[in-house]
Amino acid sequence: MKATKALLEVRKCSLRFGGIAALTDVSIQINGGELLGLIGPNGAGKTSLFNILTGVYKPTEGEILFEGKRVAGLPPHSINALGMARTFQNIRLFGSLDVGMNVRTSFIARLRNGLINTVRRGNSFRDEEEEIQEEGRRLLAYFGLEEASAHPSRSLPYGDQRRLEIVRALATKPRLLLLDEPAAGMNPTEKEELKQLIARIRGEFGTAVLLVEHDMKVVMGICERLYVLDQGKVLAAGTPSEIRADPKVIAAYLGTSHDE
Amino acid sequence: MFRSYHARIKNPRLALAVGIAVAVILQCCGGVIDPYTTQVIVFAAINVMLAVSLNLVMGETGQFSLCHAAFMAVGAYASALLTGKALPALFPHLAWTGASWASQLTFLPVLIIAGLIAAFAGLIVGGPSLRLRGDYLAMVTLGFGEIIRVLLQNTNAVGGARGMEGILPATNLFWAVGAAVVTLYTMIALVRSTYGRGFLAVRDDEIAAAAMGIDTTRFKVTAFVIGAFFAGVAGALYAHAVEFISPEGFNFLRSFEIIVMVILGGLGRPVGVAVAAIMITLLNEWLRDLSQYRMVVYALIIILFMIFRPMESLAPFLSRLVPRQFRKTKAPEAA
Repeated sequence: MKATKALLEVRKCSLRFGGIAALTDVSIQINGGELLGLIGPNGAGKTSLFNILTGVYKPTEGEILFEGKRVAGLPPHSINALGMARTFQNIRLFGSLDVGMNVRTSFIARLRNGLINTVRRGNSFRDEEEEIQEEGRRLLAYFGLEEASAHPSRSLPYGDQRRLEIVRALATKPRLLLLDEPAAGMNPTEKEELKQLIARIRGEFGTAVLLVEHDMKVVMGICERLYVLDQGKVLAAGTPSEIRADPKVIAAYLGTSHDE
Repeated sequence: MFRSYHARIKNPRLALAVGIAVAVILQCCGGVIDPYTTQVIVFAAINVMLAVSLNLVMGETGQFSLCHAAFMAVGAYASALLTGKALPALFPHLAWTGASWASQLTFLPVLIIAGLIAAFAGLIVGGPSLRLRGDYLAMVTLGFGEIIRVLLQNTNAVGGARGMEGILPATNLFWAVGAAVVTLYTMIALVRSTYGRGFLAVRDDEIAAAAMGIDTTRFKVTAFVIGAFFAGVAGALYAHAVEFISPEGFNFLRSFEIIVMVILGGLGRPVGVAVAAIMITLLNEWLRDLSQYRMVVYALIIILFMIFRPMESLAPFLSRLVPRQFRKTKAPEAA
């Protein structure tokens, strides 16, 4: 493991809904620029962990530190402002906006010009709009979506919609990108493209990535380190080869044999 | 409904200047236009303001508000008190009639103050209630509308159920048309910008918008407060046009009429909504002769409009009326 200070640290977080414990004493750590995988069977608590990280839920117990700042319980938009961006398991694009504008919504929270300047259409407003147009175009071009810029976002093929969601999250300039099952519903070719895309994001933007994924092939192929969740607890942590050999993980995924 | 976004944004203030010039010219030709037509134009302008401002809340931001007429009432009563009591008390030696220079010169600040008071009411209602969603927000706004009406009915200082009469007839073609032009300009300029697309993002998907860093509650409250401001100004113009206001004039049915204009014009299309507001104003006038059958025919026409949606087929034509700088790029339609 790198000696760098942790980018994100989850300390003994629990999340309970009444008597049901979705997460129990979960502790994980992500370092700057790291590509980390989070796997686990259905109902293991992957999405619950995702939701406490992104501000959808507040952990019942425990602390979440992002770059040393406490983020547990902050609303989603404040968490995004601190440098964490996410995508969704079920794609959530803005249906009435075109592809380009979907990406540019990421700049709204960081606009210099407010309401009055927007209505006045002053010079600083126009300069900023041009900057945003240019930056949005650059991002789309980089990910090969430029021609689709003026198309409705919902008219894109499924794989491209996923890609657009990732580009939109990247446009908020995060230091940590959280991807919630990005390979869900993808065919093998699209999965291969996705793996390359994630590798590129990390290589060229220096963004740390937390990949929550069901598909073992995708996770094992690109992640350096993995956490395995089962029944709301961290079952194992380590490199893909360590995880693959771990009897606890095999038991959680395949079930234990009663014949022995 | 799919919206593309125009890349080139030039100076559209020219459009605003032309609109205000039209208002001035109309006012100067006031002698040629007969009083009845004048009144219809003033009502149409007021309805345009109401519908276009509600469109920001309902059409762009997707929040179902049932109390737009209440904000109108706040503006109407506030301005009536200002011109009827406060100003004559402050400057008793000036002449306070509708066309006197004293009332005309003070009318702009009066309109703005009326709008600000309505906006403040919007902040008070919207701040806590916009955290609610859909049906719950509709119920809260419906309740607020009724509270305002009942409060006014039971306040003797503003005439109670009898209302206020003898309000200065300060509204003329210039003020009404000018204010409608400014409202329409503000709404179009606001919505056609990166900032303004935030309202649509909130309407489309609140969770995704928040994940992109957009403070969704703030956007919703902003839309609500701006909407209330322009409704307040419209209410002030209305009070000074009809010279008589009563709580019943701002009931739930009035709010509903504004909602019909917004839906008819196409949610989220300011120009379409403005045209729908004008058409409904005219419809109200034309149907006057039918006396007791008026509401039957009115309802029938609204139903037919809803089914055939002529505004949407007119949209490409209507958008030509918008200055080029504001217009959208042509994009392939969604499959």
